[in-house]
Amino acid sequence: MKELSLNILDIAMNSVTAGSTLINIDLTESHDILEIRISDNGCGMSREMVENVTSPFCTSRTTRKVGMGIPLFKMASEQTGGTFSIVSKSDREFPDSHGTVTSATFLKNHLDYTPLGDIIGSIVTLIQGMGENIDLIFTHKSDTLDVRLDTRQLRETLGGEIPLSTPDVLVWIKEFLKENYNIT
Amino acid sequence: MKSLAELAAIRDKMKGKVSLREGTGETRIVVGMATCGIAAGAKPVLNAFVEEVAKAGLSDSVSVLQTGCIGICQYEPVVEVYKSDEEKVTYVHMTPEKALEVVEKHIKGGKPIAEYTMK
Ligand SMILES: Nc1ncnc2c1ncn2[C@@H]1O[C@H](COP(=O)(O)OP(=O)(O)O)[C@@H](O)[C@H]1O
Ligand SMILES: [Mg+2]
Repeated sequence: MKELSLNILDIAMNSVTAGSTLINIDLTESHDILEIRISDNGCGMSREMVENVTSPFCTSRTTRKVGMGIPLFKMASEQTGGTFSIVSKSDREFPDSHGTVTSATFLKNHLDYTPLGDIIGSIVTLIQGMGENIDLIFTHKSDTLDVRLDTRQLRETLGGEIPLSTPDVLVWIKEFLKENYNIT
Repeated sequence: MKSLAELAAIRDKMKGKVSLREGTGETRIVVGMATCGIAAGAKPVLNAFVEEVAKAGLSDSVSVLQTGCIGICQYEPVVEVYKSDEEKVTYVHMTPEKALEVVEKHIKGGKPIAEYTMK
């Protein structure tokens, strides 16, 4: 991927597919480290499944379609000297607390660091595509940033009738985020 | 600061007008947004469709939707157009520029652009 924000979009799509009703995307930046954490309350994965999805070329996967999203995200992190982890609880084993947390750290000064890129565009794209049954809480914190978007609050304001994917609403969200990032 | 009051104003403006629950439009533009699509540049293509459809005031009849892998990864970004009165048209190797043209000529003008479909 050319931008980490595209990896974030791609990983969050897994949460959508997993039937989540709430997705959290949290970015925490210090001077030289970026931490990305994507968590959901979707169906989760078994331990074996988690092992399989992080190593796409492992033999037990030859009969299945090989997903590349998680391996690409992991690689983007590890190539900067960062760390990657997935912790998941399947709905079978944990009927009341299932979900997945995918997180990675990135050393921003490393030569192989991929820039974050158009995070606003990726968040808006995610909201456009995630449908009306999912909520998103997005935060981005650093010394100079304190960005927060909670679609539950937006839906409350919009009432039940107007979907978040309405073009005018998406434009509002984009402008809201821009202001939060002090981009004008 | 963008305020929730502004969002409430959008709500009041749209109220009653919104028949556009997802996927109910007569025309559907479906963009492949799996890993392969995203990596190949599907996000700006999707955004171009969303913006052009809104600009053209077609949001009532045209929905722009995302889907997973369409299965032809080497042709990404892939976009499918479904219109009630014609067969599905599959556009391949899409760009935002091509998206503008598709909205203009195909969605509005009713003439699919053969050049951008799969050979
Ligand atoms: N958040 C999640 N919740 C449940 N299952 C997940 C999640 N993320 C990934 N998975 C599982 O891991 C598989 C591999 O994910 P990924 O590498 O992104 O490839 P793909 O999405 O193309 O299958 C998914 O198909 C899904 O079964
Ligand atoms: Mg995926």
